[in-house]
Amino acid sequence: MKALSQKRRHPLAVIALLLMGLLVTGGLYAVATTVNEAKASTTSFSANDSAEGEKLFEANCATCHGMGASGTQDGPSLVGVGAAAVDFQVGTGRMPMQLNGPQAYKKPAQFNDAQTHQLSAYVASLGAGPAIPEEHLLDEQGDAAKGGELFRVNCAMCHNAAAAGGALTRGKFAPALADVSGKHIYEAMVTGPQNMPVFNDANVTPEGKRDIVTFLKQIEANGSPGGADLGALGPVSEGLFVWIAGLGVIIAFTIWLTSRTS
Amino acid sequence: MSAASRAEAPAFVAKTKAGRITDFVDARVGGSGILREFGRKVFPDHWSFMFGEVALYSFVILLLSGTFLTFFFDPSMAETHYDGSYLPLKNVEMSVAYSSSLDISFDIRGGLFMRQVHHWAALLFVASIGVHMLRVFFTGAFRKPREMNWVVGSVLLILAMAAGFTGYSLPDDLLSGNGLRIIDGVIKSIPVVGTYISFFLFGGEFPGAAVIGRLYMLHILLVPALILLMIVLHLFMVVVHKHTQYPGPGRNDGNVVGYPLGPVYAAKAGGFFFIVFGVIALMAAFFTINPIWNYGPYDPSPVSAGTQPDWYIGFVDGALRLMPGVIGDFHFEYVVFGYTLTLNVLLPALVPAGILFTVMFMYPWIESWITKDTREHHVLDRPRNAPTRTAIGVAGFVWYCVMWAAAGSDLIATHFHVSLNDVTYWLRALFFIGPVIAFVVAKRVALALQRKDREIALHGRETGRIVRLPHGEFIEVHAPLDEYKRYKLVGFESPAPLPAVPNDHGIVTRKEKQRAFLSKWFFEDRVAPASPAELEAAHGHHAHPAVEAGEESKSLSH
Repeated sequence: MKALSQKRRHPLAVIALLLMGLLVTGGLYAVATTVNEAKASTTSFSANDSAEGEKLFEANCATCHGMGASGTQDGPSLVGVGAAAVDFQVGTGRMPMQLNGPQAYKKPAQFNDAQTHQLSAYVASLGAGPAIPEEHLLDEQGDAAKGGELFRVNCAMCHNAAAAGGALTRGKFAPALADVSGKHIYEAMVTGPQNMPVFNDANVTPEGKRDIVTFLKQIEANGSPGGADLGALGPVSEGLFVWIAGLGVIIAFTIWLTSRTS
Repeated sequence: MSAASRAEAPAFVAKTKAGRITDFVDARVGGSGILREFGRKVFPDHWSFMFGEVALYSFVILLLSGTFLTFFFDPSMAETHYDGSYLPLKNVEMSVAYSSSLDISFDIRGGLFMRQVHHWAALLFVASIGVHMLRVFFTGAFRKPREMNWVVGSVLLILAMAAGFTGYSLPDDLLSGNGLRIIDGVIKSIPVVGTYISFFLFGGEFPGAAVIGRLYMLHILLVPALILLMIVLHLFMVVVHKHTQYPGPGRNDGNVVGYPLGPVYAAKAGGFFFIVFGVIALMAAFFTINPIWNYGPYDPSPVSAGTQPDWYIGFVDGALRLMPGVIGDFHFEYVVFGYTLTLNVLLPALVPAGILFTVMFMYPWIESWITKDTREHHVLDRPRNAPTRTAIGVAGFVWYCVMWAAAGSDLIATHFHVSLNDVTYWLRALFFIGPVIAFVVAKRVALALQRKDREIALHGRETGRIVRLPHGEFIEVHAPLDEYKRYKLVGFESPAPLPAVPNDHGIVTRKEKQRAFLSKWFFEDRVAPASPAELEAAHGHHAHPAVEAGEESKSLSH
């Protein structure tokens, strides 16, 4: 707690307080002036959300991210990361981080939807950043085939063509994308969490992202037409299966067939 | 046929129609003679003798399911837009080959099942060949007179891998295209001629528009024909040599103890075909294999994470993954006379596989040169009774497995939550020290098992019955073995090292010295089987327990 109390006297804390003051007094107007994407989301945040979010932030996040989210040695500044980043990191349980490591693991979310919303509001109020995507981009009614092509070109080299995930260097990894909500997939693309690059709207258009989400949701809903998918890991799991199960069963039969003699 | 038998032949008329037809055929092609010869062929019964059969049956299943697939597969690389029933690929630009593979999977009745039967059977085909070869190696079945059959079998393994790889590439999906790209890279790394070979193979710059059709011809025509030829040779030699047998009472190099082919073995083997077919069919029905629809059409730009070849090519892929690009400041890439020499691709792609296959092909001759053993062997070795050979085999197997595991290094990293770099470092170390550790451990285990056998042969089996002797000492009673079991434990050869001998000119050549050195290495550590005299001495005590109670306690308790 000593560290925390010292950080309260951190010069940046004053800035954070000033900023908060501006938010409370300036209200929605101050938030609405933030440019492009941030504009969309912040309109739905009330000043109260932001204030509540700040309390949550100070209690749960400031140890690493610093007062006013200005960053410390243990965690990056969150000014300008946008509501989408907070919604993704907190909504998937990656933040608050369970332990220091190459990469934060997904885990059951620590905050409920309302609290996540408040935290997002607070961080969005600090600076313009990607907003939480709008509903119409997440309706999963895009062009799955187009999304598939975009996915193979932009995402498959880390996440695997079947979205089963893959390894990166030194313990980092690209997670499997099954059971990830469309909103979180979209947010990951616009914010580039952990080791993922940012796919901004010039890179992959919002419609393209909608197609990718559609594609991922469609292949997830399709299941595996050919039977159990063995983890969708490709030839390695198939090879293991044929050696252990296939050959195992056949060896059991050979032992049975020759068991009457000797 | 003599004139007398020709005159007598019409006298016999079979009573039933089937009998008359059989007689008709027999009189013309002599079927009964063939049946008499083959029907009485004796096969020893042991579960480990059936892996070759599994491979043969898998091959038959491959021919059947493959023929079905050729009815619907179109090996064209012409561009088309998919219009089948798999929505996530609707209207996507792709080759006709990929499109027809998708049609087989989704729009042709039974097509997906047959595709999966074909692919599972292919994996099982190579796997059963591998296990069969391990059995043959570890039991010494490759020794005279079967060296040539070992070579034919090794050729079959390579052909099976070739058949698998050419087939794997046919659907022209992203996964197999990535695999072809790796092969293209390996070919291009061959000094001077690599680029020319690549352009020749692909009909221009990779991927071109020709390679699928060419691979298709290799896959359905040339490679299966060669496999069939080799299988015929292989089985012909099995008939000529007769089958080997495990050591046992009454079994020697001059006989074969087992069942005749007809009727018992024919029934077992015939039934076993359907068991193998059934297992493959169940796998194909319930477990998906190579879901090409997940991978999308091949396009040289995307590369999917987790791209691996089928398991039998895995060890080459693994060797490529293990090879460092640079070690410190040492580079593996040079420009020689304007040609780029890419050793960090060339070395891992060709050297380990080259060593593995060269040693595999040569091994029967290497061993007979070291041991000077030129006798015929029809009785197998138990692996423990040839400790050095077993150790060599285990070392080679471990070396293969290290490379094999390296092909899945990314999946090891993600599934065990470890760093991919650490997995690679460990596997690199194991690539060199793994076989050494395996050799030492396997040899020690084999020798320990031999000592255990010797102990049991001499002193019998531990019964777990504890007896208190009159003077208070506790002993465990050992039950003697019956003669049949004991034979297995003592009936083997344990040759001593053969020192160097001078040749006809009275000179000990350097080669002979090397041979003697290897012979020492091969046979130095040995546990001799219990001799009749030792057995007599050990078992003699049981007859006079009262007389030699003191001695007995030594031999009974342990």
